[in-house]
Amino acid sequence: MSVDKATVAKIASLARINMSEDDLDTLVPEFNNILSFVEQLSEVDVTGVEPMTSVIPNQQRLREDAVNADPLTGGDIRDKVLANAPVAEHGFFGVPKVIE
Amino acid sequence: MTDLTELGIKAIREGVKAGDFTAREVAEGFNANVAAAESLNAFITATPDKALDAADRVDADRAAGKELGSMAGVPIGMKDLFASEGVQTSAASHILEGFKPPYESTVSRKLWEAGAGMLGKLNLDQFAMGSSNESSYFGEVVSPWRKQGSDAKLAPGGSSGGSSAAVAARLAPAATGTDTGGSIRQPAAFTGITGIKPTYGRCSRWGIVAFASSLDQAGPMAQDVTDCAIMLEAMAGFDPKDSTSLDMPVPNWEAALSSDLKGKTVGIPKEYRMDGLSADVAKAWDDGIQWLKDAGAEVVEVSLPHTKYALASYYIIAPAEASSNLARYDGVRYGLRDLPEGANLQEMYAATRAAGFGDEVKRRILIGTYVLSAGFYDAYYTQAQKVRTLIQRDFMNAFDQCDVILAPTAPTAAFELGEKTGDPLEMYMGDVFSVPASLAGLPAMSVPSGVNGDGLPLGLQIIGKPFDEQGVLNAGLALEERAGFTAKPQKWW
Amino acid sequence: MPGWPWKNVLALQPNRRSGGKMSNYRIQGATGEWEVVIGLEVHAQVTSEAKLFSSSSTSFGAEPNTQVSLIDAAMPGMLPVPNMECIRQAVRTGLAINAQINKWSRFDRKNYFYADLPQGYQISQLYHPIVGEGELLIEADEKAGLPEDKIIGIERIHVEQDAGKLMHDQHPSMSYVDLNRCGVALMEIVSRPDMTSPAEAGAYLAKLRSILRYVGSCDGNMDQGSMRADVNVSVRRPGEELGTRTETKNVNSVRFVMQVVETEANRQVEVLEDGGRIVQETRLFDPTAGTTRSMRSKEDAHDYRYFPDPDLLPVELDDAFVEACKASLPELPDAKRTRYVETLGLTPYNARELTAEVETFARFETLLSETARALGKDEAKLATQVANWSLSVAPGVLKSLGDEADPANSTAEAQAKILKLQDAGEISGGQAKEIYEIVLKTGRDPEEIAETEGLKQVSDTGAIEAQIDEILRANPEKVEEYRGGKDKLFGFFVGQTMKAMKGKGNPAVVNQILKQKLG
Repeated sequence: MSVDKATVAKIASLARINMSEDDLDTLVPEFNNILSFVEQLSEVDVTGVEPMTSVIPNQQRLREDAVNADPLTGGDIRDKVLANAPVAEHGFFGVPKVIE
Repeated sequence: MTDLTELGIKAIREGVKAGDFTAREVAEGFNANVAAAESLNAFITATPDKALDAADRVDADRAAGKELGSMAGVPIGMKDLFASEGVQTSAASHILEGFKPPYESTVSRKLWEAGAGMLGKLNLDQFAMGSSNESSYFGEVVSPWRKQGSDAKLAPGGSSGGSSAAVAARLAPAATGTDTGGSIRQPAAFTGITGIKPTYGRCSRWGIVAFASSLDQAGPMAQDVTDCAIMLEAMAGFDPKDSTSLDMPVPNWEAALSSDLKGKTVGIPKEYRMDGLSADVAKAWDDGIQWLKDAGAEVVEVSLPHTKYALASYYIIAPAEASSNLARYDGVRYGLRDLPEGANLQEMYAATRAAGFGDEVKRRILIGTYVLSAGFYDAYYTQAQKVRTLIQRDFMNAFDQCDVILAPTAPTAAFELGEKTGDPLEMYMGDVFSVPASLAGLPAMSVPSGVNGDGLPLGLQIIGKPFDEQGVLNAGLALEERAGFTAKPQKWW
Repeated sequence: MPGWPWKNVLALQPNRRSGGKMSNYRIQGATGEWEVVIGLEVHAQVTSEAKLFSSSSTSFGAEPNTQVSLIDAAMPGMLPVPNMECIRQAVRTGLAINAQINKWSRFDRKNYFYADLPQGYQISQLYHPIVGEGELLIEADEKAGLPEDKIIGIERIHVEQDAGKLMHDQHPSMSYVDLNRCGVALMEIVSRPDMTSPAEAGAYLAKLRSILRYVGSCDGNMDQGSMRADVNVSVRRPGEELGTRTETKNVNSVRFVMQVVETEANRQVEVLEDGGRIVQETRLFDPTAGTTRSMRSKEDAHDYRYFPDPDLLPVELDDAFVEACKASLPELPDAKRTRYVETLGLTPYNARELTAEVETFARFETLLSETARALGKDEAKLATQVANWSLSVAPGVLKSLGDEADPANSTAEAQAKILKLQDAGEISGGQAKEIYEIVLKTGRDPEEIAETEGLKQVSDTGAIEAQIDEILRANPEKVEEYRGGKDKLFGFFVGQTMKAMKGKGNPAVVNQILKQKLG
């Protein structure tokens, strides 16, 4: 299957990455090369095969319900949370005004 | 007095412990080498003071008669994918330029606790996506190696290209790497050093900038197998903050190292003898087979029938996971924000991500977005995960007949920078031998076997059973002892 | 709704319990009748101390971004580890609606970009939810427009992360982001499209809330957003295929859910009858206007690119875990209601009223056992009396006092004492109310109040006889008339006696003595 420029533009929009016309022109053939390469997978007979869920047999551990059990996984660290923010005011992150 | 920067982990640790030299002298030596090697561009950020502080602590502990850690006095390079508290952690991207994490990754914290110090943050392919270290926002890393009679710049491999170049050029005795589809092993092979990717889950992923969660594994890159064993021991271990972390004790790999392979069986996968395998690599492989026989192993041919589909499966799964893992880079909470005049929130995202990600990262995000999008999920992603199951099954079947598998690490020696940037797919093909073990979560290591006709190093890969890092290290040691690899890049930088 | 040319018609149909049977609710359009089909997706905040994947607190009302961990803020390299309590509460909730518990479940990522979603994806469960098919009974309530009991199917319950919050009115050109709620565990409880009237939708939500609160898996606090519903509505001609549905998001009360169904169904009928088409879209409810409006549609809003979260492993539950969840469940509303009717002999109405809310049944059961203990009688013998007190007498007094009452004074012990005095005939019903009033205001002891305030019935036969003798003496003609056969006059003598005794005469004793004396 091959994709056209409009499709790649739509995917870029879905991924929230601005693309110029030139960007798209470069990308479309690359995209199609990669897709045609990965499409060889369709020839594999996967009858009765389960998709992999965990690469090493292992099951999910569940943690205890404790607040701030570890300073690395807990709250009360607003300064740290906001320290790298491009815009932070009054304890909030700031973003362009959203109209819902 | 010997040049301390020629020493590896074990020699430094033991020299410091014995009082032959101080940790500070070691750190100063490597700091000087780092400062003098800017033309390699191996480091994004040098942190000489951190290296000295750690060294001073070790020297003080020694003076106070305290017990020293397993990495005491060893300064290392840290791939700039591991969060370093208070130090820019960029993933070699523009979008994380200036980001200083208020936290330290589990793996790096364990290394500091073992007495290691940080020389700096090492360059890499942006977000660890690449095989040549050409996709870094902070510029390509140049391999210290050159072909005989040429001064063309060579790729140090990727994505851990800063790590491989730094260790090969003796800017660091060892460095951390991460391996998603070969990012420890291939750069190790390209630069004549040793690197191991442990079983998936051995090293905590907590605090490592994620590329593809189901594949990413950290591991050491060092001068030899023993150093890898020491450093891996310091890096590995259960972390309750990582759901995929293995809750099992870390074996004492260093202590159990043995190159005696009597009673062991080595599998040679017939499907790896494929087109595109260079003659020198094929020759190195044959040498390796002989060396392992000499070490007492029995050698059998094994079959990994789905090998040819590994790359295709990988180039669906890894971009799919990456497209989602990288969604958090949106200019809201950290990193770059590009807010064009009058832009709304969604436009800010699109502008920020366009400005902040490099071409290869964008390419993979888009591929990943496409294969997960409505109507394509089953055809691409589910199919790829089923094929991944088959690839893993192949390995398990092979391991019914053998203890470890021997294969080349990469189909060729290092290529020139710029040689493959025009065709992403061609670049991807270089991962053909490293990707299958990643898809199956298996421990795998690259050990230098010799040089090719151009004088460039080649690597051999040992792939082991889940949790059997010891078997991999031991076979690696057997190769190392017989390969007698001593070649070093001539200093030109 | 004013200005609309049709109205809702409620035509009762034969009473039969069923899952998917059409109810009687129809919209009369200009061109004929329309049926409404409703499904609810309820988001219920799971009761837990810490968040679903981080250990930051879930408590309500903290300073912005103080309950945010590095994980909630989606810092690079952060990883999720699930909170066992959230899994346990989801399983308990599933068991409470007779649902299939999936011992193998998995978390998926739902990918979209928004400022309240730091990861760029919500961790949810699409392909393998933790709870499968279940059901919920809504009870007949003719007054509420529910002619018959009905089973509503529940398709699934899955566990997912809540998002953060945006504030739009604190800065002229910016929205502010608070991530305190981000990562709090939610259960999404998805019904089958089995509801066919506003009343059913309202009853479903109320019943679901009741069950969650019984189980303790959600506090049901709709004002604070602990529970909110996405309301899916479509209309169709009777017997035809399902129409296109719209989804009205984040409706946060039972009344609003009913309003949304009504207003949205009527809007759809209007659109269709005008020759228009219903667009599958997300709408917002404006409680002030009582209408819904379309949210700005995003062309890719529906391409969430779900895939299994590679940072997490499948959640595998063993039998022991599920059994422990089962054993921890309290008596649930339906079982309790049945027991109240069958064992305690309450009327179905009283049983329903008492079991609807956790607080109500808890107060009732405490009072019943306290009263039974105080009187040394069997609970079943006192249940009706205590139920009447709990449902009508006590709330009436409490309401009439308004702010004067301190509800904290209304202990089970005090109320049991009042009921005991009444049961022993020492006080009348009226006196019980008066004593309860004083208790509510002052917290004083009911027995002491009865004594000191003279709020006791006089059962002393001597005093009553004396009073009756006086009344009979003062009304000789009436006595004659009564004895001549005018039985009705008995009431007159009772009234006079009670009046003379300022209402404190024990009516039973008064009756008895009057009968004796009048012969």
